[in-house]
Amino acid sequence: MVVQEEMRMNPGHADNSTEKGIIVEGLNAWYGSLQALRNISLAILSKRVTAIIGPSGCGKSTFIRCLNRMHEVVPGARVQGKVLLAGEDIYAQGVDPVRVRRKVGMVFQRPNPFPTMSVFDNVAAGLKLNGLRRLGQMSDAVEQALRQAALWDEVKDKLKQNGTALSGGQQQRLCIARALAVQPEVLLMDEPCSALDPVATSRIEDLIRELKERYIIVIVTHNMQQAGRVSDMTAFFLMSNDRAGEIIEYDETRQMFTNPKDERTEAYITGRFG
Amino acid sequence: MTDRQVYLRRRTTNYLMVGLCGLATLVAVSFLLLVVGYTLIKGIAFLNLDFITQTARPLGEPGGGMRHEIIGTLVLVTLASAVGIPVGLLAGAYLSEFGGGRTGTVVRLVADVLTGVPSVVVGIFVYVLVVRPMGTFSALAGGVALAIIMLPVVARTTEEMMKLVPATCREAALALGIPRWRMIVSVVMPGAIVGIVTGSMLAVARIAGETAPLIFTALGNRFGFAGLDQPIAAMPLQIWRYAVSAYDTWHQQAWAASFLLVMLVFLISLLVRWITAKRYG
Repeated sequence: MVVQEEMRMNPGHADNSTEKGIIVEGLNAWYGSLQALRNISLAILSKRVTAIIGPSGCGKSTFIRCLNRMHEVVPGARVQGKVLLAGEDIYAQGVDPVRVRRKVGMVFQRPNPFPTMSVFDNVAAGLKLNGLRRLGQMSDAVEQALRQAALWDEVKDKLKQNGTALSGGQQQRLCIARALAVQPEVLLMDEPCSALDPVATSRIEDLIRELKERYIIVIVTHNMQQAGRVSDMTAFFLMSNDRAGEIIEYDETRQMFTNPKDERTEAYITGRFG
Repeated sequence: MTDRQVYLRRRTTNYLMVGLCGLATLVAVSFLLLVVGYTLIKGIAFLNLDFITQTARPLGEPGGGMRHEIIGTLVLVTLASAVGIPVGLLAGAYLSEFGGGRTGTVVRLVADVLTGVPSVVVGIFVYVLVVRPMGTFSALAGGVALAIIMLPVVARTTEEMMKLVPATCREAALALGIPRWRMIVSVVMPGAIVGIVTGSMLAVARIAGETAPLIFTALGNRFGFAGLDQPIAAMPLQIWRYAVSAYDTWHQQAWAASFLLVMLVFLISLLVRWITAKRYG
């Protein structure tokens, strides 16, 4: 807890400790009595993009929602196991999920800017609602986040407009800016391009490659080519007979796409099922 | 059937149904117009500035107005809203955000039953609860009675409107590390504000015209506002007293006051809508 507290006060120091990335140990997750994930263990590296692939219903989204304690938001949902972020277990007793989520940002499938807020307020929402900064510093932080999300030039004259007035691709980059504004260490992306056209998709992919220098990025994707284009590491998930998701293979993306070890991975990647 | 016949049948059905919908709308709107028009015609003799600014004159003297009653109704509605809207809002927020369990179901049922309780019963209830212990009819008692009538309406509309805020919005807020209470106050409530305001306005409109509960609580007062612990005048009460009287000028004043009451409600909703549209439209 001391380490966490220190990191919060001084985010600049976080880099050293996050070198370790995220270590997941024996993670199980349930929705009521239905087990959605079984015994997931893997080490997610920092400064790398990790892609999670697998057919629908194999627990990809559930898995990344376990990494920022969003899984437990669903009524009846439960998690068991360890997720170590900078060496600290985010599921240890006494850890506040709200604090965890400030360090582990998330971007969702469909762009979901707050409909009642302007572009500016959307990006500032995390800061404002967390009470982290004074208003004077706010506009700098907003500009920085929008620049990081490669959106600043397009919206700098529309900061007062409603966030939902932007195009789909811009909305998704706005959501990325919103997540980056609170200066997280990790960015989780749950099929961030599935609702976007190819042009907007390629812009987001460029962005992911830029951001990986500064953040641990985990991306869930249905799109095999996308995983190949943006990720360094890939984890392949599959549903077992009782519908619980299991990890089948985890390796460097290049290795997995050219020479998978498991025949089920090969079958999936070559498009023979799923 | 040929394609042409199918098309013709579909077109005819379409015209028929759209026509019926239009007719139904016309019927619904025409009642409002009839009420406004009829009260206007019947009360026109008294509808002038004096009717709003002057107090009642003794029978036989010309002129006179409803100043006390207008002030009384405004005081009563303000009192009731000051209690009914915040409490209803919080109850609705509870039902929407935390009311998943058995307690929520019970509260929801109680609210629905309360909506259906005849207002005269609420009046008697407040008479026993407030008027008897205080030893006098009062504005306060009237306000409490009207607040009780408002409460379930505000609570249930707030609940429904907050539930309409999409789950994706809530998740976005939580994933930013925003605490749950903050999400409710800063994301869910603003998203539902237009509906909440509309619901509150409907509640205000309803209580502004309530007469029965005021008979046992506010009583009426011909001599003007005398404090919250004293009987107070109200437009619906006076309309009722004028309407059941034997004098023609009083009947006319009842019509005029009815028109005024409708306009008052209309004005309040218009004002609040304008304010919310400016802020959240």
